[in-house]
Amino acid sequence: MKTQIESMRARFCEQAAAADTPDKLEELRIAYLGKKGEITGLLKELRALPDDEKKEAGRLINALKEEAENTVARRTEELRNAAEESAVRHARRYNPTIPHTADHGSYHPITLVQRELEEIFTGMGFTVEDYPEIVTDYQCFASLNIPPYHPARDMQDTFYLENGQLLKTQTSAAQNHIMRKYGPPLRAIFPGRCFRNEATDACHENTFFQMEGLMIDKDISISNLIYFMKTMLSEVFARPIRVRLRPGYFPFTEPGFELDINCLICGGEGCPSCKNSGWLELCPCGMVHPNVLREGGIDPELYTGFAFGLGLTRLAMMKYGIKDIRDLNAGNLPILAQFGNR
Amino acid sequence: MLISMNWIRDFVDLSGLDTDALIHRFTLSTAEVEEVYRYGADTHGVIVARIDAVEKHPASKKLHLLKVNDGTRLVDCVCGAPNVRVGMRVAFATEGAQVCGQPIARAKIAGYDSCGMCCSEQELGISADHSGLMEITDDIPLGTDIKSVYGIEDIVFEVDNKSLTNRPDLWGHYGIAREFATLSDRPLRPVPVQDTSVYDSLPPVAISVEDPELCYRYTGIQAENITRHVSPVNMRIRLFYCGSRAINLLADLTNYVMLELGQPMHAFDLRRVDAVEVKRFPAPFRFRTLDGNDREIQPETLMICSHGEPVGIAGVMGGLSSEIEDDTTSLLLESACFNAVSIRKTESLLGMRTDASMRYEKFLDPESTPLCAARFLYLLAEADPGARVISRLSDCYMRRFDPITISFDQAYMDRYTGIRISQQQIVKTLTSLGFGVTTEGDSYTVRVPSFRATKDVTIKADLVEEVTRIYGYDNFAIQTTHSALRPVPYSIPNSDANRTKDLLVSRYALHEIHSYIWSDKAALSDLGIVPEENLRILNAGTPDHDTLRRSMIPTLLTVAAKNKTFADRYGIFEIGRTVEGLREDRMANERRKLGILLWDRTGEEEALYLHLRDILSDLLQLLRHRTASYAVGQGIAYGWQHPVNTAALVADGETIGFLSVLHPRVKARLDRKAAVAVAEIDMDRLAGISALSLAYSEPSRLPGIDIDLTMQTDVAALDFPQTEARIRKAGGEWLRSVTVADVYEGENGSSITFRLAFVSHDKTLTKSEIQPAVDAVLKALAAQGMVHKTL
Repeated sequence: MKTQIESMRARFCEQAAAADTPDKLEELRIAYLGKKGEITGLLKELRALPDDEKKEAGRLINALKEEAENTVARRTEELRNAAEESAVRHARRYNPTIPHTADHGSYHPITLVQRELEEIFTGMGFTVEDYPEIVTDYQCFASLNIPPYHPARDMQDTFYLENGQLLKTQTSAAQNHIMRKYGPPLRAIFPGRCFRNEATDACHENTFFQMEGLMIDKDISISNLIYFMKTMLSEVFARPIRVRLRPGYFPFTEPGFELDINCLICGGEGCPSCKNSGWLELCPCGMVHPNVLREGGIDPELYTGFAFGLGLTRLAMMKYGIKDIRDLNAGNLPILAQFGNR
Repeated sequence: MLISMNWIRDFVDLSGLDTDALIHRFTLSTAEVEEVYRYGADTHGVIVARIDAVEKHPASKKLHLLKVNDGTRLVDCVCGAPNVRVGMRVAFATEGAQVCGQPIARAKIAGYDSCGMCCSEQELGISADHSGLMEITDDIPLGTDIKSVYGIEDIVFEVDNKSLTNRPDLWGHYGIAREFATLSDRPLRPVPVQDTSVYDSLPPVAISVEDPELCYRYTGIQAENITRHVSPVNMRIRLFYCGSRAINLLADLTNYVMLELGQPMHAFDLRRVDAVEVKRFPAPFRFRTLDGNDREIQPETLMICSHGEPVGIAGVMGGLSSEIEDDTTSLLLESACFNAVSIRKTESLLGMRTDASMRYEKFLDPESTPLCAARFLYLLAEADPGARVISRLSDCYMRRFDPITISFDQAYMDRYTGIRISQQQIVKTLTSLGFGVTTEGDSYTVRVPSFRATKDVTIKADLVEEVTRIYGYDNFAIQTTHSALRPVPYSIPNSDANRTKDLLVSRYALHEIHSYIWSDKAALSDLGIVPEENLRILNAGTPDHDTLRRSMIPTLLTVAAKNKTFADRYGIFEIGRTVEGLREDRMANERRKLGILLWDRTGEEEALYLHLRDILSDLLQLLRHRTASYAVGQGIAYGWQHPVNTAALVADGETIGFLSVLHPRVKARLDRKAAVAVAEIDMDRLAGISALSLAYSEPSRLPGIDIDLTMQTDVAALDFPQTEARIRKAGGEWLRSVTVADVYEGENGSSITFRLAFVSHDKTLTKSEIQPAVDAVLKALAAQGMVHKTL
């Protein structure tokens, strides 16, 4: 029995050294250690031995079994390591520097600027309102303290429709609706597309975007308005902005202002962009005219408010350096695709 | 409008103040100054001299050799002007002088020494007249610096007319001077005028006004024996600097008073017009205005007539037949106030605006017409002392407006401004601007001057503006609002639009475009598309753009036509407005619509169509957690849609859009090779569809069984949702899902493989347990005409 074990051990060691794949090792394990394996077979033969030999033989067989198990485990580990090392050594090199050619979409530049502004305003508690592009004379003019034949109207500038409605010339056309919808106090912005019947060139379009804002509450003052505009515009331009207010005439404000900001190109020193004044005219604003509040169902003795208009199209052009306003509506994909999420 | 600082200084003493700083304050407190022009600063060394000798140049037809007397000596000068003569006084630029920046040096002209230059008015920059030398009157001593006699040196600034829309009082220098007086805290001088009461014993002018609501006031006066025809130099310089052309003394005087006081005036030749009727005519007629044009006069247009004959369009322009001519020696002066709305209507009917009508349309002050006439007479007497007034100042004051009084208290001012402006400052500011102010404790009672009472200042908020603009917005202490915290109302359309754009751009790599709300008929015609009749624009820039669009798709097609070479494969979309005719209340049925167009030159149309279907389904899942369904062959509304391959997009039982490929006619014109698929969703309809909660069900922890059933059928005609419903009905309680594992379409017909997933929460299913359910499904499908294909 002893010699039988010894020779089996020698054979196993020889075969284990020769097995060069995990599969061959597995075969070997089954051949010696499996249910019908040779070592398992020896253990079965043990029963037939006399008692005095049983103990010694049992010890030897178990030692062989343990050795065989360890050898298989060790060799398996060795082979796996070698295979992994080889896989790393022979790995194909991937190149992340080669650009991918997958499609990418793009947002219209107006959308990008509009969203930035909407985020700023919603962060300040403003709701975002949507409003039709085709409105009545009342919405666009009369409710805004602009009666028929008021000098602020000009037949040349408004697109009139055959049913008596018109294409809205200003986002202010939504003011009355919003006042009636929410009542005071309210904070809302309403971006929208506006239309003016004028000849187009690099700086003029008959279709363009504005964003108007309205805040109405008790005791809203001119001082609040200036503070708000300064804070809001500093957010919009992501840097501290200096503002300057001048009287501006809009029938739906009293007082009305033209707001200038320090020129962002020269910082206020004076350059061709600001005609050497150091200031850029940016947005009209003002205290909501009491007649407009009253028309919107709000008591001007109890509530005051301010409104402001931002030229979304102009802001987008400023932000991205778009030189020709007509490019925005022309559906020119080589231009528009640049505003993508690449 | 152009404003001369010299003119302003007639009415307010600005000595010792920096003019540029004042103009800057004017921008910040009154109206934006767009441009500042400096006249005469680069002209010096020009003196009054006399031509003592004139000799023809021996070799030139034009040139003369002059001896010019500068008061101390005779100077040689070669001159080409045609009007030289001995004894004439001229503006002489001496050697070393500068004329509008041009240096004058001794020079040899045509062989002769010339030590200076005799100047024309154009060379001096004071008029457009270059017909000859400027002639100077004999009363000015030789050697006098011309700038000490004439207002050549001036600072003129320009204000955008639009920024003065609400301020009729600022349409003349006097009103601007009032602003400067307030801003500089200096007194405003009264306007020197002729005392017209001295004419009260003279006969009146016959004036009649038909409608007091159209002509509030008409003031007229007659004068004769006018012998001067050219205006004084200083008046002409001011008119020229302020953009007005010198014509003749009487016309210049009317223009001068208008530029000074903002009141348009008209001088009629008394030979043609000696009485005035202000009225309308019942029928249209033609009328020649003094610019020589024939105008069609409509019955609503107010006319000035004399003895029944029309002689002027009220407030707009006089007639050619009664204009002041070279031999005119007598006039009837009109100083009137017309209804602003009527003037605006006339302007739009005639398509013309004049300096007069621009002012009238702003609502002028009826109180000022006699004063302006008196100012005219004062200036006339200065310019032509021989002129003689032959009528009394006749005044038809038809419609008086009640004076406006506004009350407010200090608390109102404090609340509206958010700062404290002292009572003393409020009173001082308003008083200086011409308001009458009385105070009682913290209360103010303010009387609005008539020149601010025509629409401009009517309520107390208007007074806040008057006080604050002079106070200066730069001087405001600024502070934040104190508003309560409130939830921000949520906008579904806005959220839908934003999430739609995110999905289409980020997941499906589409490009967002913007376009116009009208159909571009020319571009559509190239594609063989005739836009449907729809609401029209009355005054479109071109007839091609006069019809509003019903659908986004034609617009997208024109964009695709422009971008054929952009890429083999791309997609575009826009959320824009369309109009589906009129609603019952005659208002436009405006719809917000999402249009999508996919373009592919490398793939099959069917694949593109189905890809677009996937996009729509995905969108509906994202926005509403709903499964889209497609009604094949429905949703056809336009000629450019494919009659077979168009499907209505249905959600929650409602049609909200369509999916389509192009009619072969349109497709062939757009591009032969490209596959194109289009879809449209009515975002307003979508907004009305509620969002479902996300459906969640506990998954079984036990393994299930998938059964594939391949059925022979006409796949193109299959209605999957209906079939799925049948399968589910027959499939029993363990049927978890029905999907399509494969579709085969070959020459010998087509087949579809349904994959039925069975699973139980309670036990591991065996094939035999689900066999009855599978058999039931097969039976249901067989009833639909499908044949089970077994391997």
